[in-house]
Amino acid sequence: MDSHILILSPGLYSGIQDLGRKKYRSYGVPISGAMDKYSMILANNLLGNETDLPVMEITQTGPKIMFENCTLFVVTGADLSPKLNGKPIELNRVYSVVFGDILEFGKRNYGSRAYIGVKGGFKTDHILGSYSYFDGITHKSRLVKGDRLPIAFCGKNPEHSSAKVKIKKEYFKTDWLYVTKGPEFDLLTKKQTDYLFKKKFEIDALNNRMGYQLKNPIPRMKKKEIITSVLIPGTVQLTPSGKLIIMMRDCPTTGGYPRILQLTDEAINRLAQLETGDTFTFNLENVFSFLRRLAARFTDK
Amino acid sequence: MIFKPLGSIGALVEWPEKIDVEILKEIGSLRQKIEKELHEVVIDIVPAYNSLSVFFNTSKIRYSSVIRKINDIYNKKGDDIIPGSKLWRIPVCYDMSFGIDLEEIARVKKMSVKEIVKLHTSVIYDVYFIGFLPGFLYLGGLPEAIHYKRRAKPRQKVLKGAVGIADAQTGIYPMESPGGWNIIGNSPFKFFSVEEDPPCFARSGDKILFYSVDLNEHKRIRKAVEMGSFKLENEVYG
Repeated sequence: MDSHILILSPGLYSGIQDLGRKKYRSYGVPISGAMDKYSMILANNLLGNETDLPVMEITQTGPKIMFENCTLFVVTGADLSPKLNGKPIELNRVYSVVFGDILEFGKRNYGSRAYIGVKGGFKTDHILGSYSYFDGITHKSRLVKGDRLPIAFCGKNPEHSSAKVKIKKEYFKTDWLYVTKGPEFDLLTKKQTDYLFKKKFEIDALNNRMGYQLKNPIPRMKKKEIITSVLIPGTVQLTPSGKLIIMMRDCPTTGGYPRILQLTDEAINRLAQLETGDTFTFNLENVFSFLRRLAARFTDK
Repeated sequence: MIFKPLGSIGALVEWPEKIDVEILKEIGSLRQKIEKELHEVVIDIVPAYNSLSVFFNTSKIRYSSVIRKINDIYNKKGDDIIPGSKLWRIPVCYDMSFGIDLEEIARVKKMSVKEIVKLHTSVIYDVYFIGFLPGFLYLGGLPEAIHYKRRAKPRQKVLKGAVGIADAQTGIYPMESPGGWNIIGNSPFKFFSVEEDPPCFARSGDKILFYSVDLNEHKRIRKAVEMGSFKLENEVYG
């Protein structure tokens, strides 16, 4: 049985994302995946889905979609004033819909990216181990008006819990981000690290799924380029002009600028909810305490 | 060889910062050994010019154990694996309609376009790694006479299949993309396909030899590639 949703209008930038492609980096394939993984996983958890099922990531301005079958859905992440058949609905709460029900969004109250999860997940193209949209890998790189997306079939009147969670608004308005030292951190001078950890940085209008450029330059590096080496989401590159670029989920697998800092995964999630003009400071987490913290989590299991 | 953490998900193994065939061989050999011995905990291994990034399953192993194991594997002498490599022959059309920077390079280098093409097709290149775009091969071994600096202003649009030169490197754009390399020709071959697994024909450590084809042949091969009836010539190398 096929179930579908119909895109009546796509919003600013919407697409399907899961936890990304992890096994094809040596062929130059970016990881991709949800910008804010925390909110993406929350959507699946609330629906009782496997945590890595694909969800719809929507950016700043939400889409208008029509359900063509019975299903359950939930909206997590940013508050873009979701409405079901014209009535406001709550975030992080599961709703049941039938044929013809319409989900749309209004004013953005906080955050940048929201996630729409459906029971059983979206059933779009699964390519190189992931559903995540990426230009050149998946047939589509973003949703357009008239798209009909297959979703899991879940029968009439699917049961669901009325569980909902409340996420503190602070999550979406963080003014500092945890970082560890990047591979070229030791090339930095005292003057540069003073700038890095004392100044506030503002997010430039050049920000998207590939990376976020920051407005305020730091003193330039003598060594402007390194020979091309690996990049991962969260890597902070220092460009020859002194400007910083933070790599995000769609970043290329390799690059040639010094990698001075590395955001933690949690920090990437939080940055994904900030917007142009927002400011923050970098908070250096000692790499050993960071690894100890991870190791502790590991031995608890 | 030194180790650095890549966030919480990977270990960066680094060699001295240079482009060197000996380092390429060491990286290839270590990569193969890690693939063989640590496949249960390793998710992906990404080589670059002077590094190997090992991404591991953080719920199964921790960073300190990963680097200890890699170090042990590296120091275990005697069972060096020589990674099997292939030599691929790749058709390139160096017609001026594709090679939009040939004229400039010829002028600056005071040589003829013919000489540039002859040099570019005269050597066997090493595939160091794939990066920047899905299927973009970083090739080393470009004859020094045709080293040429990157364009000061990257182009907004470089054609799929464009063959470029940047400093001591040469490479092929597997898909249309913005790019700053100097374009000297175009290959009709498909360098990346999600329908295949692995999605790229070559891997780090392979060899590439370019051969020159004219516009008609380029057209014919492109058609054959689209029909799925074109096979790249290759042979086991070394």
